[in-house]
Amino acid sequence: MTDRLVDFDEVLTRYEPLIGLETHVELGTASKMFCGCATTFGAEPNTQTCEVCLGMPGSLPVANAAAIEATIRIGLALGCRIATWCRFARKNYFYPDIPKGFQTSQYDEPLCTAGHLDVEVDGETYRIEIERVHLEEDTGKNLHVGGATGRIHGADHSLIDYNRAGIPLVEIVTRPIPLTGAKAPEVAKAYVTELREILLALGVSEVRMEQGNLRSDVNTSLAPIGSLEWGTRTETKNVNSLRSVERAVRYEIRRQAAVLDAGARIVQETRHFHEDTGSTSPGRSKEEATDYRYFPEPDLVPIAPDPEWVEKLAAGLPELPAARRVRLREEWGLSDTEMAWLVNAGALGLVADTVAAGASPSDARKWWLGELARRANDAGQELTELPVTPGQVAELTRLVAEGTVNDQLARQALDGVLAGEGDPAEVVQARGLAVMGESDELVSAVDAAIAGAPDVVAKVQGGKVQALGALVGAVMKQTRGKADAATVKRMLEERLLG
Amino acid sequence: MSIDGGGAATGRPSTGGDLTTLDVATLTEVLHKGEAGAVDVTRSYLDRITAEDPRLAAYLYVDSETAIATATAVDEARARGEELGPLAGVPIALKDVVVTAGIPTTSGSRILEGWHPPYDATLAARLKAAGTVLLGKTNMDEFAMGSSTESSAYGPSRNPWDHDRIPGGSSGGSSAAVAGFLAPWAIGTDTGGSIRQPAAVTGLVGHKPTYGSVSRYGLIAFSSSLDQAGPMARTVLDAALLHEAIGGHDPCDSTSIDAPLPPLAECARRGADGDLSGVRVGVVRELGGEGHRDGYEDGVLARFAEAVALLESLGAEVREVSCPAFDLALPAYYLIAPSEASSNLARFDGVRYGIRIGDDGAHDLDEVMALTRERGFGAEVKRRIILGTYALSSGYYEAYYGQAQKVRTLIGRDFAAAFGGADGTGLDVLVSPTTPTVAFPLGARVDDPIAMYAADLCTLPASLAGVPAISVPCGLADGLPVGLQIMAPALADDRCYRVAAAVEAAQDAARGHRLLEPLAARAVGPEHTP
Repeated sequence: MTDRLVDFDEVLTRYEPLIGLETHVELGTASKMFCGCATTFGAEPNTQTCEVCLGMPGSLPVANAAAIEATIRIGLALGCRIATWCRFARKNYFYPDIPKGFQTSQYDEPLCTAGHLDVEVDGETYRIEIERVHLEEDTGKNLHVGGATGRIHGADHSLIDYNRAGIPLVEIVTRPIPLTGAKAPEVAKAYVTELREILLALGVSEVRMEQGNLRSDVNTSLAPIGSLEWGTRTETKNVNSLRSVERAVRYEIRRQAAVLDAGARIVQETRHFHEDTGSTSPGRSKEEATDYRYFPEPDLVPIAPDPEWVEKLAAGLPELPAARRVRLREEWGLSDTEMAWLVNAGALGLVADTVAAGASPSDARKWWLGELARRANDAGQELTELPVTPGQVAELTRLVAEGTVNDQLARQALDGVLAGEGDPAEVVQARGLAVMGESDELVSAVDAAIAGAPDVVAKVQGGKVQALGALVGAVMKQTRGKADAATVKRMLEERLLG
Repeated sequence: MSIDGGGAATGRPSTGGDLTTLDVATLTEVLHKGEAGAVDVTRSYLDRITAEDPRLAAYLYVDSETAIATATAVDEARARGEELGPLAGVPIALKDVVVTAGIPTTSGSRILEGWHPPYDATLAARLKAAGTVLLGKTNMDEFAMGSSTESSAYGPSRNPWDHDRIPGGSSGGSSAAVAGFLAPWAIGTDTGGSIRQPAAVTGLVGHKPTYGSVSRYGLIAFSSSLDQAGPMARTVLDAALLHEAIGGHDPCDSTSIDAPLPPLAECARRGADGDLSGVRVGVVRELGGEGHRDGYEDGVLARFAEAVALLESLGAEVREVSCPAFDLALPAYYLIAPSEASSNLARFDGVRYGIRIGDDGAHDLDEVMALTRERGFGAEVKRRIILGTYALSSGYYEAYYGQAQKVRTLIGRDFAAAFGGADGTGLDVLVSPTTPTVAFPLGARVDDPIAMYAADLCTLPASLAGVPAISVPCGLADGLPVGLQIMAPALADDRCYRVAAAVEAAQDAARGHRLLEPLAARAVGPEHTP
């Protein structure tokens, strides 16, 4: 079924969008939320399980203190109020990927409440109010075998991997975000981006979206401009990349406008986002919503963080991304626009780390926004996914600055680094990329160039000094780019004009 | 058997040479001195199980081979002169709610048929480490929901005092086994009275510890905020010894209390001296007192009155105390326990363990889960799941679960008021009958859940408040045992043992023999009588 869509800009002339986000973050703790099992991604199915995370009869949970600490730190970074006493709750529903028949979560007593996060879109700041940050456990993963779609419909049988079951999961819920207008999709993306940066800075999660460490549910609704009531919302589930967050909001705005224009009503439902088409499709209807029968988890004791400890955690928070951006912009002497480029390219952290490893800010920016961005783009990868470290990039800039290599050779050295041949200096050594001095080899290359192009030599000696370039080129070609062009030019001038 | 005679010297009953008639405190001495080996003791019990269990149906699973192997290992270790714990070689039975690695564990339910657990409950591991010999797993009401073992998917156990009567429940297999001399002692679990009520109706000592003082890790949960495992034994001292063996902090149970156990066995020994001077005892009016005697049998009230008089004669200061919220314990319990159960039993969906029904390609996932639960659960379990699901559902939660929790708070306050008294006037223990009636006939209440629930009338308040309570025999009515319940403040389990031991000692002395002695003689059977 293809949805009717209204042109995005046209929607905004008649409707005001309201968005909201629920973001799930898998914490990077060494062990699971309620047992000692490991949390390594990609392990053989069901090898990181025990009686507790398999929900075996009689087993009992013990809360992971590191996960509670991480959640409080997230809350503090988002300016939340930290509960002095709260409990876990059971969310009861039947599904094979929840081994106990309930998910241990938090309900009306979340660990953190009432925070906010400021994000910037096109120079304008939007304050996103955070309603709550709570701690729960992840579910297992169902694998439906034999069907065409990988979904349960049409599958021959299903397998369940409980390695993920019980991994600590933090849910961060915004309040409805009003008055974003046409920027709604970008604000949504900017929020998740900034949240991800904060989580990285806190070191609480690897936040690898492709591994599902961070998954956002995006709520979208439309109301006629001037209306005093909000529209019915849909919840688009598990939007798993930053770009998809933006696309999902945009699509829902366009789709809902078409529905409302046709005089129909929006069904309150969860929807699935499809990466390939950028569209959403209906999932479960919320109007026949499950009653989760929440009640306080009797197998766990209440969490009562000592206020002094919370204060210590607050004092120990690292520099947060927003503050860091301001500091780095000033230190590096960049304009707001230049800084925005860096941030949008996802290169800020890489550049900062490269500078920290000894490169100059301008060299670091030049490499990451230039050559490396091009390579990442060609490979269809994120900058962070390139197999090169900021330390290696800093070494490249040092080799150039020292004159060991020129820019051309440095790019060849980078080829070697990306191919896994080692650090830049090692590649330069192994591939013999160092710039040639006035060696015998270079002298004979110069001789050969002069001998091989008498007509050019005549032109040069006849006063057309520009023609020297052709001879330089010939030498460079002969030496496979390893010669230093300036040196070659000087040697030629000495020979022909001296 | 080589231990005939000498009974008087060691305090052994004079029922002859059968090792199964020894209480555990005596048995440990016999084993320690080498008067009998662990294998001898274990064989005696296994023989008796073979002979008697077809009638009592106390056990769901008997593991003779492993039991003999364990006992042999103990004997060999002793022969090598190894240092052994005091309980090494003592047989024991576990209620089938206790998870045991590699040994079938069903919780009395069809739905767990064929499940061989991959791990040991903490208390099972502790008993194993102490060198006890596991005889087998005892019958119980399905998922511990019942007061008679009649809800067991595997049929009821029988009361050794009268085979046509219930042995109590839900730990009725354990009570039948211990009272029937098919185990020297056993583990039970108590959610609303499931240790104390079966102990009372079979003439045993049964103690429900302070909530959190015995690990729940590996007990198949019925109602998490109420469940406690505890000892069922033939004497107060044995109960205390078993409690000490299983009790104490367990980091795997978040609700486990990180505090040392009081010296329980020592208190039981001291209590046997019979001096209760200065002990302040409250008789709870709401549990069988004036205006609260509906449903209480005359014989039970008579034995209770005698027990109270006995306490006074031993020096205790006795006075009546009113705990008004106790009247609400039954409805509160039957909201809280089923609510938690509806969630605890959700995991039995046929996906990971136990039986699975309808997985034939013709049924979808929801249907397979539903069919499995339809077929796997019995009527009482379904009744409570439905009750609990309803009580927790949106829009009803406050009216039912929320109200019940408030009642629970009030009951706790009644206890606190009775035990309180910074002024030094607070009561040390509260007493009541353990059950309103003696063991009722099998089948008498199966069609009347409310009547069945009433069997727990006296035991529910201590469960809801999380305080310790013991049931100790206080005589017979119509030839059937009556229990005295002694309740104490949280963590003061020692008081239960001390007062119970005094009552036991005085009554045994007055009677001239232990209450269970006639059963020991009868159970031996004519061909074994010396």
